[in-house]
Amino acid sequence: MTALLEVEDLRVAYGKIEAVKGISFSIEEGQVVTLIGTNGAGKTTTLRTLSGLLKPTSGSVTFKGERIDGKQAHEIVQMGLAHSPEGRRIFARMTIEENLLLGAFLRRDQAGIQADIRHAYDLFPILGERRKQAAGTLSGGEQQMLAMGRALMSQPKLLMLDEPSMGLSPIMMQKIMSTITELRQGGMTILLVEQNAQAALSLADQGHVMEVGRISLSGTGADLLHDESVRKAYLGED
Amino acid sequence: MHELPQNLVNGLLLGATYGLIAVGYTIVYGIVQLINFAHGEIFMTGAFGALSVYLGLGSGTSMWITIPLMILGAIVTSTVIAVLTERLAYRPLRNAPRLAPLITAIGVSITLQQLVWGFYPSAKSPRVFPSLPGGPYHIGSILIQSSDIFVLVAAVLSTLFLAYFVRSTRTGRAMQATAQDPDTAKLMGINTDRVIVIAFALGAAFAGIAGVAWGLRYGEIKFDMGFLTGLYAFTAAVLGGIGNIYGAMLGGLVLGLVQNLTAIYIADIPGMSQFSSQSWSSVWAFVILILVLMVRPQGLLGERVADRA
Repeated sequence: MTALLEVEDLRVAYGKIEAVKGISFSIEEGQVVTLIGTNGAGKTTTLRTLSGLLKPTSGSVTFKGERIDGKQAHEIVQMGLAHSPEGRRIFARMTIEENLLLGAFLRRDQAGIQADIRHAYDLFPILGERRKQAAGTLSGGEQQMLAMGRALMSQPKLLMLDEPSMGLSPIMMQKIMSTITELRQGGMTILLVEQNAQAALSLADQGHVMEVGRISLSGTGADLLHDESVRKAYLGED
Repeated sequence: MHELPQNLVNGLLLGATYGLIAVGYTIVYGIVQLINFAHGEIFMTGAFGALSVYLGLGSGTSMWITIPLMILGAIVTSTVIAVLTERLAYRPLRNAPRLAPLITAIGVSITLQQLVWGFYPSAKSPRVFPSLPGGPYHIGSILIQSSDIFVLVAAVLSTLFLAYFVRSTRTGRAMQATAQDPDTAKLMGINTDRVIVIAFALGAAFAGIAGVAWGLRYGEIKFDMGFLTGLYAFTAAVLGGIGNIYGAMLGGLVLGLVQNLTAIYIADIPGMSQFSSQSWSSVWAFVILILVLMVRPQGLLGERVADRA
């Protein structure tokens, strides 16, 4: 069986500065894969390239057996790859419901969209209670819920989450992580970028450690969680 | 007082025309942060498009057929030219520093003026524009021309249409999303290049309608008519809060009122009579702009930049 997503020798540069220096990894259907690493390691750049916001300088990205590295972002969404960006990036001046509708922008099945909106409200009841409010009035954690709910509205085959726990209180973070676990149990394939390596590795099938644009270490979530160098560098142990 | 109600109406009508044009500046700015200085020429080409339709139909055709076809001709001309300039001049500069498209817009403006001047038959001097039959009508002490009714109806319908379009249609939501955060809009599956074209086209359609209104009201059109009018409409957009469509309309109305009223009433203030001529009215328009921007730098209905983050 071929992988759902196959990244091969991907290189991305901002002008002359290369941010991603030839990385390769793959994601099987139903897997949760995480990229961990410090700020500036190239994790966000990788996700932005996969979703078509950035063009790679070389290498290839294959999704569902089709090359997507030359495609436009909106075409990639259409194929079933959703990206919940770093910093949540909700549409602050639009209502919660309008944000969710935008997540379903490419869908035409009105009944299905309404059902999925209700599903998002079941997953995150606070969103349902405030659905007519401007999204900018939500707290950080609630905005993260909205960003995830919005990404799910496109019915993706692969969900990419960039730093969903960033800046959240421990309780909110737990809520987000348990939602990811729930999605995983529902069979969703997820590529998770996290600074909270402990949480990410605990629920990932596969993990890759990124350092200055390269993957320095790969393994199962459990392996990496117990790897001494990972514990020292990313889990704050001496 | 010299017929205040009449002057108020005249000011509002002039302002409604500015507003129709200002909407185009504001939509495009809201989406690509470009001041499209060629938008005044889009307005001008719309007027010439309408004139071409009129001349093509001949004078025997009923006004009830001619006018709608002229409006259509104006909309098509303005839209096609706006979409072409976006494709050829602005899109290649999408990722260039902001100064590049701005200078290009000025270049496009001059190019369009010169093309009409050079190639439209007898456009080197003003061309006579048809007028609407009927009128003038008296409402109390106010005198209203048929063309005034046209301006009023056009402005009201256009504003209502735009409000509906932006708020309630799928494309309108895509426009709002692109204006707020283009990258994230792409992640929703929105083809932002297409949204930008639609923004240019929509603004151009309103400018085209304004071109017809202008011709009907003043009876003649000229290759450089878009320059100063475009500048005032741009001022109106800034006054109302650039990026806000209701602001553009409001800014237009305020500006039209100021220009009209100052031209007449400044003379009533002792010692100010020399500042009351037509040519001083534009000075007063900019005085108002400066005063408003000192108190509300974001314009009358604009949002603070911090809200856009």
